[in-house]
Amino acid sequence: MGSAGRVVLVTGVSRDLGRRFARAAADDPTVARVIGIDAVPPRGDIGDVSFVRADIRNPVIAKVIVKEDVDTVVHMSVISTPGSAGGRNTMKELNVIGTMQLLAACQQAPGLRTLVVKSTTTVYGASSRDPAMFTEDMEPRRVPRAGYAKDVAEIEGYVRGFARRRPDVRVALLRPANIIGPDVNSPLTSYLRLPVIPTVLGHDPRLQFLHERDLMAVLRHAMLTDVAGTFNVAGDGILKLSQVVRRLQRPSIGLPPFAVGGVGSALRSARLADFSPEQVELLTYGRGVDTTRMRTDLGFEPEFTTAEALADFGSTLRPTGGRTDRALAQLEASLPAGAGRG
Amino acid sequence: MGDAEIIPIGTRGRPGRGTGKTSSSAARSLAPDAKPAVKAAAAPKPKPKPKPKPKPEPAPEEVAVEAPRPPATTVDRDPTGGIPAGDWLAAIQVGAREVFGEQWEPQLAQFLAFLRRRVTGDYSVDEYGFDQEITQRFFMATLRPIAEKWFRIEVRGAENIPATGGALVVSNHSGTIPVDGLMTMVSIFDKTGRHLRPLGADLVFKMPFVSTLARMGGTTLACTEDAERMLSGGELVGVWPEGFKGIGKPYSERYKLQRFGRGGFVAAAIHTGVPIVPLSVVGAEEIFPLVGNVPSLARLLGLPYIPITPFFPLLGPLGLVPLPSKWLLEFGEPIRTDELDEGAADDPMLVFNVTDQVRETIQQTLYTLLMQRQSVFR
Repeated sequence: MGSAGRVVLVTGVSRDLGRRFARAAADDPTVARVIGIDAVPPRGDIGDVSFVRADIRNPVIAKVIVKEDVDTVVHMSVISTPGSAGGRNTMKELNVIGTMQLLAACQQAPGLRTLVVKSTTTVYGASSRDPAMFTEDMEPRRVPRAGYAKDVAEIEGYVRGFARRRPDVRVALLRPANIIGPDVNSPLTSYLRLPVIPTVLGHDPRLQFLHERDLMAVLRHAMLTDVAGTFNVAGDGILKLSQVVRRLQRPSIGLPPFAVGGVGSALRSARLADFSPEQVELLTYGRGVDTTRMRTDLGFEPEFTTAEALADFGSTLRPTGGRTDRALAQLEASLPAGAGRG
Repeated sequence: MGDAEIIPIGTRGRPGRGTGKTSSSAARSLAPDAKPAVKAAAAPKPKPKPKPKPKPEPAPEEVAVEAPRPPATTVDRDPTGGIPAGDWLAAIQVGAREVFGEQWEPQLAQFLAFLRRRVTGDYSVDEYGFDQEITQRFFMATLRPIAEKWFRIEVRGAENIPATGGALVVSNHSGTIPVDGLMTMVSIFDKTGRHLRPLGADLVFKMPFVSTLARMGGTTLACTEDAERMLSGGELVGVWPEGFKGIGKPYSERYKLQRFGRGGFVAAAIHTGVPIVPLSVVGAEEIFPLVGNVPSLARLLGLPYIPITPFFPLLGPLGLVPLPSKWLLEFGEPIRTDELDEGAADDPMLVFNVTDQVRETIQQTLYTLLMQRQSVFR
């Protein structure tokens, strides 16, 4: 890149992770300018980021890219839940049409050098026929027919198409595992914040987490290195949901699979947590992704393991259970002296 | 000594402590002729009124006080207030010594630490969800008596299992319920100290509880990706290529090997260059002799078959007790694949040949073992 430094465009800055990444990118010495773009203004402090209020579903985006001479686009405005955006239709429009428009604008921008897209491991789905660990080459066993997973699959398809049409642009597609951290508000974190965690009876899914700080680090890393390709990003190790629940010291209640949907929609209407079908599948069958390529090709090493990320997330939560452990600890303490931990 | 007082032994039939003179007041009141004592107690009673001062009074006064005492005594006799914490602790210590032996303190502490680790989730599982602690402390301990006492498993050729590095154990499958897989796991662990990592059908991972236990015990899905990943990770992987065709075949076809899948397991072994160890299991066919099937119900429930054995639906849950057949497990000579070149896994003819070789080895060993077996149950 030129000595003047990069000009980075970040989409989806109205949401927390996008805003924080934009701020972090603005502090980077090799970055000259960061332009944040979203349809609604960000709620927090955006520092040196110049905010442009524009909808990426609108061709205006192309003008911004050309006029500001953007050479790096970081696409972070793929949303996993309708949430504040409105209904499922709005969500799909934002995700799919927004990405199409953004990529169309990128294709028209001669100065563009780098495109970083934040996808998700949800694209692999979760089913009983899954391999234990997905590598980047594997396809989901069941093609997603609706929801977030389908959006992401389509988005990735468009991104791959863009990479073919503009071979001069370096495209890094990141598939982070479930993001977790004290400040993260996602379907999974709101699920884990419930005072009593409903689980699918008889299933103990394997989960992987990525700490929010590692997400910021990997996005920055992908923006600055010259590696192209698709990469799974997740903290080391695997935790089972039962372990997660126990480590968070929360009571859990096993629900038969047919009841999970009902409880899920009750929780959704109470605005406590969002149970999308993808999430129920994840909580039934679990998912693991292989991160060899992240280490060898991308050259990124997460700071937090899955367990450490969870511990950091749990440190801000008030435990609602853990009575058994306290009783056992008491019993252990009342043992005659000399009987240390075995 | 001569003038020593002679103290007669015994009381000569009178109540008392044996001084021969007077019996204690307690004894007097017990004895049938206790009336004089009562009289004596009653006689001094009038005295206190005129003479409240003299010393011998306290005793009679106590008698007089007895009337207002009851409320106090009821509190004293309350049975629940009785056992102090120290006694409880002592009782627990005695009990612990009984259960854990003389070294009970560190043992109990260890057990508590284990419990706390489980309760707080402070243990680790590998990427397939294998929980080594539970498998070793719980599953193996539960299955071992079944293997040793019920099926009296005899293992031959355990030295053919490599002590380290990846290897693929290929076995025949039988018994309606995959008990043979569990028994193979226990036998291999007890003989070599290695954990067999079975490859299971996707039905295993679809079923609630079964999927949890299977992952905990080290099972993963039978697919090329997982098989190769485990083998290249140096695990001892177990595969039953006959699948449902083998396990759900009728009793009349016992010990006749079914088709060995598509040979995917051979391709995985060639890819990773690990040896294939053929395993022949005799005895598992007889534990639940499958004499019938309900295909329509099976289709309805999404299961490969609904077994009917001479005992199963008839005796209800009791029919699920496996027959105590005598088992023989023979591990054959490992078939090396590391000498084959890189592209060998993509050569279907070679893969089929190796598959047939493995299948033939197992089938021949089965016949040999059947010849050696005296009877099904002995």
